Amino acid sequence: MSSDIPSQDKLVVAGRTFNSRLIIGTGKYKDYAENAAALDASGADMVTVAVRRVNISDPNQPMLVDFIDPNKVTYLPNTAGCFTGEDAVRTLRLAREAGGWDLVKLEVLSDPKHLYPDMEETLRAAEMLISDGFEVMVYCSDDPVFARKLEELGCCAIMPLGAPIGSGLGIQNPVNIRLIVEQSKVPVIVDAGVGTASDATVAMELGCDGVLMNTAIAGAKDPIRMARAMKHAVIAGREAYLAGRMPRKMYADPSSPLGGLI
Amino acid sequence: MNITINGEHYDDLPDGLTVAGLLAHLKLPPKKIAIERNLEIVPKSTFDETVLADGDKLEIIHFIGGG
Repeated sequence: MSSDIPSQDKLVVAGRTFNSRLIIGTGKYKDYAENAAALDASGADMVTVAVRRVNISDPNQPMLVDFIDPNKVTYLPNTAGCFTGEDAVRTLRLAREAGGWDLVKLEVLSDPKHLYPDMEETLRAAEMLISDGFEVMVYCSDDPVFARKLEELGCCAIMPLGAPIGSGLGIQNPVNIRLIVEQSKVPVIVDAGVGTASDATVAMELGCDGVLMNTAIAGAKDPIRMARAMKHAVIAGREAYLAGRMPRKMYADPSSPLGGLI
Repeated sequence: MNITINGEHYDDLPDGLTVAGLLAHLKLPPKKIAIERNLEIVPKSTFDETVLADGDKLEIIHFIGGG
């Protein structure tokens, strides 16, 4: 990424260092070529990917790995579509065999209508995965109590939703996100809900360590341009957070000195 | 030999087929996929020696775009 970012300010997850604090999904793009171009524009060095059956009848269909090189970009296999802990564990064991990676994104969903995580199943699945040697980045509700339990289990990143998956509604509960940031010793990454650049900046200004998004980029009219916007948004939010914002005041405070007026 | 792959039935496969042989038959790149046989992972290192049996249920997966 560009050299104007302090070199020591990197995202570290489970001992792995990432230059970008933006993680992007690889779903919903027109094709893998557009996806690869958006990834390039975003500056992200980690992407989420899904695990699905190979199309046996047409083995010549394009494959994601031919467009986004897993040797250059970290693949974070997800458990999207899994509704039980067992489904999630089974999916990620296959992902580990396919790619050889143990860093994974756990998401155990409940109702397809809102895609809120089933936190009981998420906790159970996290425990199974961690005891099986996985490094678990976990999609979760924005409840600080569950977030703490997941961290105590040994999850390597806590990833609360900002709003429902694919909704683009922005950070709905900044108070909870901030509570989770303050209590967590592992990275906190807002996962889901970002709709536009300012939402990503808000997440970073709250002190989050990163932002994960898919539809905000893939669903934009110009995904490549939005990917670039998100790169800047995450950097801006992080820099503003580290800089420390000015105090809020109730009344105006002139920027020009009052002394020496003609 | 009858086996089920990704939920589809295949009844014309030769007896004694290995996993590696099956992948070659299906023209699938072994490096880009993973296989589960009767709910157990088949390690890539054993593709050559793993012989499929009648009634096996296989899942062959790969990575696709996802959030």
